[in-house]
Amino acid sequence: MTSPATAPAVVDAPTPRSDAPRATKPRSVRALPYLLVTPAVLALLVGLGYPLYWQVTNSFKEYGLAQQFGQAPEWVGLANYVELLTGSQFWAVLLKSVAFMAVTALVTMALGIGLALAMKAVNRWARLSLQVAMLLAWAMPIVAQMTVWNWLIDSRNGVLNYVLSLIPGVDMIGHNWLVNPWSFFAVASVIITWAAVPFVALSVYAGLTQVSGEVTEAAQLDGASGFQMLRRITLPIIRPILVILLLLQMIWDLRVYAQIELLQGFGAAGDKYDLLGTYIYGLGIGQGHFGVAAAAAMIVMVFTIGLSWFYVRELLKEDN
Amino acid sequence: MTRRHSLGRRIGSVAIFAVALLWAFPVYWMINSSFQSAPTISALEPTWLPFGGTWRNYSAVLDGSSGFGQAMRMSLMITALSLVVCIIFAFLGALAISRFKFRGRKSFVLAIIIVQMLPAEAMFIAQYKMIAGLNLLNTVIGISVIYIASVIPFTVWMLRGFVAGVPADLEEAAMVDGCTRFGAFMRVTFPLLAPGLVASGVYAFIQVWNEFALASVLLTSDASQTLPLWLRTFAEPSTLGMIEWGQVMAGSVLVAVPVIIFFLIVQNRMTSGLVGGAVKG
Repeated sequence: MTSPATAPAVVDAPTPRSDAPRATKPRSVRALPYLLVTPAVLALLVGLGYPLYWQVTNSFKEYGLAQQFGQAPEWVGLANYVELLTGSQFWAVLLKSVAFMAVTALVTMALGIGLALAMKAVNRWARLSLQVAMLLAWAMPIVAQMTVWNWLIDSRNGVLNYVLSLIPGVDMIGHNWLVNPWSFFAVASVIITWAAVPFVALSVYAGLTQVSGEVTEAAQLDGASGFQMLRRITLPIIRPILVILLLLQMIWDLRVYAQIELLQGFGAAGDKYDLLGTYIYGLGIGQGHFGVAAAAAMIVMVFTIGLSWFYVRELLKEDN
Repeated sequence: MTRRHSLGRRIGSVAIFAVALLWAFPVYWMINSSFQSAPTISALEPTWLPFGGTWRNYSAVLDGSSGFGQAMRMSLMITALSLVVCIIFAFLGALAISRFKFRGRKSFVLAIIIVQMLPAEAMFIAQYKMIAGLNLLNTVIGISVIYIASVIPFTVWMLRGFVAGVPADLEEAAMVDGCTRFGAFMRVTFPLLAPGLVASGVYAFIQVWNEFALASVLLTSDASQTLPLWLRTFAEPSTLGMIEWGQVMAGSVLVAVPVIIFFLIVQNRMTSGLVGGAVKG
């Protein structure tokens, strides 16, 4: 799911091992854990396992005109992958998506860390007001975020154009922000950043509050400057959080679908405005090239799982 | 020296307050615009405060013809079904991994984590083909099957922490006092888990209630729209290119407010949860 709230919470209580089954336990007790996991496993197999299986196998099959008339899809080996990787369009969309991800994730991280550090340094009332504002932005459902921003940037009555036009010599009334592809992606990036910074800022701030006062005091006594303390002490201590947050942002920003889809609906349809998510959707459900779409989805999947691997390792450490 | 320090702090505080206003502005603007009449909202000069506003946008949205009520019913049915099934299944799974040591436990935990990393956006095509093959497009059951599978992993992971937090000794003590294993669980552990179940339930609720992307693929008919889909349709320009911004914003407020309230209930757990383990070591 797409909401930035999906960060898996790592609850730190260790797993109790006190009642490990002893050899003397009756068979029914030994079967119990398996019975308990069965419903969840079945649900996962139906909702995710089968689609995954379908996707892997169908990425090697051809869906053409004949299949629309009911013929079974033909096995074509790697042809779909070859078609994607030798054509220019997939590469163009992939590059655009990676660039979009890199810029959005880095800006989000930089703003989030900056605001978290600022929250530590300012008065209580200022900090509280920022926390409340961020929670509001973070809690907004994606579709509501998009309708509101679409209203803010509305060409005729939007507040953005009105405020910009207050600058002497600038007249933006009537300017449509969604026509030029660069401007379209900039708008998408700003909205996603606006919604994602709260998660980063509040998480980093929570991490900063756990940096013990003794350490910073000791450094101060040794004559460290503010910048030195930040670089040599604070940042290294919260590094694990920063790594997790950066990975999550990269994964989420690469997968972005809903925001792009909605912005296209509001103003600008066409492949010029596609990122990977909408591109795959168009290939598959739009044009019926299910085999090629499945292959494209597989490439994205392998890519994201590669990114996630480090994150999974961190989570597994928590389980032990 | 100290004076300059406190002056800097004061300037910083004002700057952060300004950032807070900027961040909250879109949310404020949504609420403000939702109270303005069509002529006020299409005036060249924006109206900055909602004084002298009107409830008419809200009555227009809540009126039967807008489709809001229908979408609300659909959202409620899908969310209720997904939530109940997900919480029961996830709870049983969480019990298994935090109370028992069994062959395959590690693989199950690993699967739970890896499944969360599958990009949902890359699975739509396959899920669409599966649900279409079962003739379940535009049905509550069809989309709920996928939602349940998508939310279970995180819910198991979250509940596992709560179950582990209730010491097994308590249960054993009750068993020594004559309870059966099941009785001990129901009387001792289960009540202690209530807050955890509520938190995970609220979390799952937000996920399902807000979901847009998969719904846009699986629920294509007008009659089966959920609230996010309804809002999308409602916010798109009419054939004449006109948008009733006041009504669109009133619709957005109605969609967003319940989520914001629920979100504020669980948010603390979401940030502190992620970070808690990371620094302590």
